Amino acid sequence: MTMGEAGLTSALAVFAFASFLGAAMGHDAAFSFHASLACVASLISVVMIGNRYLDRPAALPPAEIGGRPNYYLGPIKFASAMAMFWGIAGFSVGLMIAMQLAWPALNFDLPWTTFGRLRPLHTSAVIFAFGGNVLIASSFYVVQKTCRTRLAGDLAPWFVVVGYNFFILIAGTGYLLGVTQSKEYAEPEWYADFWLTIVWVTYLLVFLMTLVKRKEPHIFVANWFYLAFIITIAVLHLGNNAALPVSFLGSKSYIAWGGVQDAMFQWWYGHNAVGFFLTAGFLAIMYYFIPKRAQRPVYSYRLSIIHFWALIFLYIWAGPHHLHYTALPDWAQTLGMTFSIMLWMPSWGGMINGLMTLSGAWDKLRTDPVLRMMVVSVAFYGMSTFEGPMMSIKVVNSLSHYTDWTIGHVHSGALGWVGFVSFGALYCLIPWLWNRQLYSLKLVNWHFWISTIGIVLYISAMWVSGILQGLMWRAYTSLGFLEYSFIESVEAMHPFYIIRAAGGALFLIGALIMAVNLWMTVNAGKASEAEGAAALQPAE
Amino acid sequence: MSEHDEIDRVSGRSTTGHEWDGIKELNTPLPRWWVLTFYATIIWAIGYWAVYPAWPLVSGYTTGLFHYSTRASVATDLADLEKLRGQKMAVLGNASLANIEKDPVLLALARARGKTVFADNCAPCHGSGGAGAKGYPNLNDDDWLWGGSLDQIMQTIQFGARSGHAKTHEGQMLAFGRDGILKKDEIVTVANYVRSLSGLSTAPKFDAAAGEKIFTENCTSCHGDAGKGNQELGAPNLTDKIWLYGSDEETLIETITNGRAGVMPAWVGRLDPVTVKALAVYVHSLGGGK
Repeated sequence: MTMGEAGLTSALAVFAFASFLGAAMGHDAAFSFHASLACVASLISVVMIGNRYLDRPAALPPAEIGGRPNYYLGPIKFASAMAMFWGIAGFSVGLMIAMQLAWPALNFDLPWTTFGRLRPLHTSAVIFAFGGNVLIASSFYVVQKTCRTRLAGDLAPWFVVVGYNFFILIAGTGYLLGVTQSKEYAEPEWYADFWLTIVWVTYLLVFLMTLVKRKEPHIFVANWFYLAFIITIAVLHLGNNAALPVSFLGSKSYIAWGGVQDAMFQWWYGHNAVGFFLTAGFLAIMYYFIPKRAQRPVYSYRLSIIHFWALIFLYIWAGPHHLHYTALPDWAQTLGMTFSIMLWMPSWGGMINGLMTLSGAWDKLRTDPVLRMMVVSVAFYGMSTFEGPMMSIKVVNSLSHYTDWTIGHVHSGALGWVGFVSFGALYCLIPWLWNRQLYSLKLVNWHFWISTIGIVLYISAMWVSGILQGLMWRAYTSLGFLEYSFIESVEAMHPFYIIRAAGGALFLIGALIMAVNLWMTVNAGKASEAEGAAALQPAE
Repeated sequence: MSEHDEIDRVSGRSTTGHEWDGIKELNTPLPRWWVLTFYATIIWAIGYWAVYPAWPLVSGYTTGLFHYSTRASVATDLADLEKLRGQKMAVLGNASLANIEKDPVLLALARARGKTVFADNCAPCHGSGGAGAKGYPNLNDDDWLWGGSLDQIMQTIQFGARSGHAKTHEGQMLAFGRDGILKKDEIVTVANYVRSLSGLSTAPKFDAAAGEKIFTENCTSCHGDAGKGNQELGAPNLTDKIWLYGSDEETLIETITNGRAGVMPAWVGRLDPVTVKALAVYVHSLGGGK
């Protein structure tokens, strides 16, 4: 038995016992429920590690077979499958809350299904569960392939993917039960945050150690972006979640920061979750999967360096633009706005490198819907990284702030950029991992068009509704009174909420087509022809 | 160019000589427009910092050339608004309710002010058009629980109904069933009698004489001998077609059994006197004012 197996088994056994006590002594039902989940999950993990030990040969899998790296694919397969699962779940909840906004009766007057609880379930499911699993899966794949070495660790990668998904389970069930620390995109309570910290540090170590033992002299650009994403998310997570639990046996905690400082911490975190989770992480995906799929070199090495460092340096300052015209000091608002403007070109550096990599291979867009999906995602990336700096300008923000325009902006980035580049990566990754040919390119084509129409409906509805809202809120009569009451602006939103829900439904239908396609690829796909390195690797 | 470099045949550019899993990189220089635009945004930012508050110092911050502050800017905006509304609001404050309704300019001003205030404060219960809902009176009809004259409306807005304010409207529908005053079959009978008052159909075996007797003994003290109601007590008129909670037999039995005591909050102290005045005129003008 290895040190890792013995250590992790004992740690999990102790944790199972502690969770059992926590479940028995918990001050509130939600805490006891989560402690029970932790107890059961730890025990199952102990049994699975034991089984694996009994089944496996005496020696661990070799790092190389016949002079070629023996890539570690099991945890990646798990994370990819979870990504697809959470994606469907998150899009469905999104559709549900979109319909609740149009038809409030769909709240059903039940605490568990109110908008207030389902909304964080939607955002966390799509960003952290879907996006996070895509990032972990793709980063574990890309770092191995571009370092030409097996992933570091034996149980550690499994701990990362399973532990991360356990965090999602605790976070998601917590929202439904009303457990929240009321910080946007950082809703999970202290014990979930603590667990995520352990998982995330392990993730960083696995990634770093793989980089350390690389067989390539240089580190590929995608890995810079992955590393920046992992490190910065760790820092943000610790800063924004500094909290003191009311009791170590209860789910409630209080944040260390107060007032406008707390608001500033929250949006330093919130905006960099966009910058480092949804931008840097997915740029890493773009830098590997687009050149790989297009079989073309990356357009400009120099641009990749400059825009990487500029992006990393400038993004971290931009958070205050979420707090324009609030109690935040004017100087901080100015810095947030000006750094957002300076961020425009560094963001576009990624777009240029993504799109121009296609030069010499544009014809492939006609025949390869997967590549088309990724290229359109880069176009959406360019659009939303122009829109973002524009909305950070204070005069624009005075119209757009608190309106649906913000929702539209976020979704052009989330559905168009993050969604499509993830779909593209999964359409590449699943066949490579399982050594299969993609079941149907025709279905990818359907997915592409249905989802694209969905996105266009969604964002144009939110643009119109947001600007209409902003104009109605600021309209004064000639007598000096507000022209419209708030409720009148709500009534005016109704048709746009219906269009938005229709767009969301199309996006979900596209994802369901994708799930079927990938399921058929794994279970009924033809074995992959011996092209590319992946086909030569032993299946795991 | 190092010895590893090669020329990419499509673009004619050299590569960096690196290769990862089949991916190479071109030695393309930075696009000129990209660099220039990037520089331009940096120069613009520096200029903006010079003009507006920007960098924190040990105590304080750089205030910029204009000494701009959001607080001062809000104060200016509010002052501008006051200037726009001008003396008109003061005139409105001094005018009597009756005079406001007679003066077209003052009436328009009061209605404009009242409309905004109504929508933000009253619409959640009474509906955005004042059409009401179950338990919340319709303000468009001419049926008033506490009186529909300008003064009466203003009184109700100021002090509410059963609001806890010392001057509020009091009086409530008793819980005749829950408190054991009437038996279940008596309640069914009197409920049918109440329906008959406004010409609604009654149950087949309904005993009108018994109903009238129960009504006379229990209900007339508030609702009046003919059931026409009493605005002093907020007792509704039972002979018209307007029902606050509903006129079907089941709802009437529920009302008589458990009583009713809907609350309207007092707005005095929450809205300033001129605003309350404007609101009273607005509600009065909705259609049903007396």
